[in-house]
Amino acid sequence: MKNNKSLYNKKKSISDMLLKFLIYLSTTITISIFLSIIIYILYNGIPYLSLKFISTAYSEIDSSLKGILPMLINTMYIVIITLLFAVPIGIASAIYLTQYAKQGKLVKSIRFTTEILSGIPSVIFGLFGYTIFCVILGLGTSILSGCLTMMLCVLPTIIRTSEEALLSVPKSYKEGAIALGAGKLRVVLEIIVPSAISGIITSIILAIGRIVGESAALLYTSGMAYNMPKGMFSHIFSSGRTLTLHLYQTAKQANTPDSFSQAFATATILLILVFILNVIASTISKIVKKY
Amino acid sequence: MSFKVDIQNLNLYYGDFHALKDINIKIRKNSVTAFIGPSGCGKSTCLKSINRMNDLVPNCKIKGKILIDNQNIYDSRTNLNLLRKRAGMVFQRPNPFPMSIYDNIAYGPRIHKIKNKKILDEIVEKSLRSVYLWDEVKDRLNKSALGISGGQQQRLCIARALAVEPQIILMDEPTSALDPLSTIKIEDLVEMLKVNYTVIIVTHNMQQAARISDTTAFFLSGNIVEYANTSKIFNNPTDKRTEDYITGRFG
Ligand SMILES: Nc1ncnc2c1ncn2[C@@H]1O[C@H](COP(=O)(O)OP(=O)(O)OP(=O)(O)O)[C@@H](O)[C@H]1O
Ligand SMILES: [Mg+2]
Repeated sequence: MKNNKSLYNKKKSISDMLLKFLIYLSTTITISIFLSIIIYILYNGIPYLSLKFISTAYSEIDSSLKGILPMLINTMYIVIITLLFAVPIGIASAIYLTQYAKQGKLVKSIRFTTEILSGIPSVIFGLFGYTIFCVILGLGTSILSGCLTMMLCVLPTIIRTSEEALLSVPKSYKEGAIALGAGKLRVVLEIIVPSAISGIITSIILAIGRIVGESAALLYTSGMAYNMPKGMFSHIFSSGRTLTLHLYQTAKQANTPDSFSQAFATATILLILVFILNVIASTISKIVKKY
Repeated sequence: MSFKVDIQNLNLYYGDFHALKDINIKIRKNSVTAFIGPSGCGKSTCLKSINRMNDLVPNCKIKGKILIDNQNIYDSRTNLNLLRKRAGMVFQRPNPFPMSIYDNIAYGPRIHKIKNKKILDEIVEKSLRSVYLWDEVKDRLNKSALGISGGQQQRLCIARALAVEPQIILMDEPTSALDPLSTIKIEDLVEMLKVNYTVIIVTHNMQQAARISDTTAFFLSGNIVEYANTSKIFNNPTDKRTEDYITGRFG
């Protein structure tokens, strides 16, 4: 049978074109929403920014004190201390669950529980943290109580994301190392964890985002104090509001254009902070993962 | 005559599935043995029981003995890391680690406590030379091993196995993912290796088995149907099924 019709006969299918159009449309919508939020905040916030703004104290009574230094410090305290607790525990759990635990009912139910925990509204963590850490353990309304509560909030995310990263490491790497006579611990630490490192760092980035953006859980536990820290170590045991809570508070109380700008400026600083923390994390990820 | 590997009444089960049935073979030192047979007949399973990689498979049960240098490797006193150092393995698909070419080779020696940089350099060069890869990669030893071709990766994996100075090399279809030229290079290599090592190779390629091996074991649904000198298996097989298989009547 002969059929020598020209091959240059590509038809444009309507459904393909429609699909393409929808994809472009939704991409455009997403990006423009994102950009307009950023631009709106920067436009309103940047004029108010100054070195003084980020380097001086704040007072609700003395209207000449409008800086955010204490909040910036509190936020860094909470991010760093929470990560100090949550990252080792979270990664160790993920390693245990994927590499050591017998893959049976128990592991499955732990996985199911972490999944549910990561979806629980943070107010509930706040209430729980308040009862356990502030009241029962007697830590009071303090940065430490806030950090412990945030640790509970971010652990499920860190465990789940790291677990996925660890599970996606090709089995052939593990087999290759074992066939060379490597012990289990070596295989895990030298082959599996390094191969999963970018996923593990993603879990940390997600955790940072969650901590920086948290308000409800910290409102109960680390409180709203805005005084300057007195001592580097003792500050852990005193109450302190984060940038996000400060933003909430200033926006709520704003009644003049000036106080609104102050809220926008705080928001700008928050955005910059999140951006910097992300850049740091992904740079670390690039340095660690060379191949 | 000295036997390097002596498999005695080996029975292996994956759960309820009886994957190896009463395997009995003795493998001479410094020889090349080929495992042939249709897909799913148990060649890889048998190969993997020689360095106990089957331990990684959950609910895999093993009965019988495998003696290496007259010691039963399924004895509870066996040090698995030493066993796997003595019996190295090359997998069907090249599986270099996501590290530099240098670190891939040095990984094994480092596990076995070689730390000195100069000695490691020597081992890396020697291992890469022995698989004829040195000239191709000597200028990019610190580049990722994932960035070289499939054939080069497979030779790298052989070099990596050689770097821990094994005595036995287990190869599971090492050339099945390779082009003809790389295949010939690896076949030549296997012939060279026999001088110092005992090689056991699984292959689906009859010509390959005939070319490079001294003895051949023909597997069929978990049994070894025939185990003899390669020339006998290919020219004058005792069992009708062997003849049918090597002449391409099934498989
Ligand atoms: N991990 C496992 N769990 C359960 N059954 C398995 C497992 N590995 C292999 N088997 C079964 O054992 C039998 C032998 O498998 P094996 O991999 O040894 O075959 P093979 O001879 O190497 O085949 P091929 O030539 O296709 O590689 C097959 O029927 C296979 O389905
Ligand atoms: Mg196989």
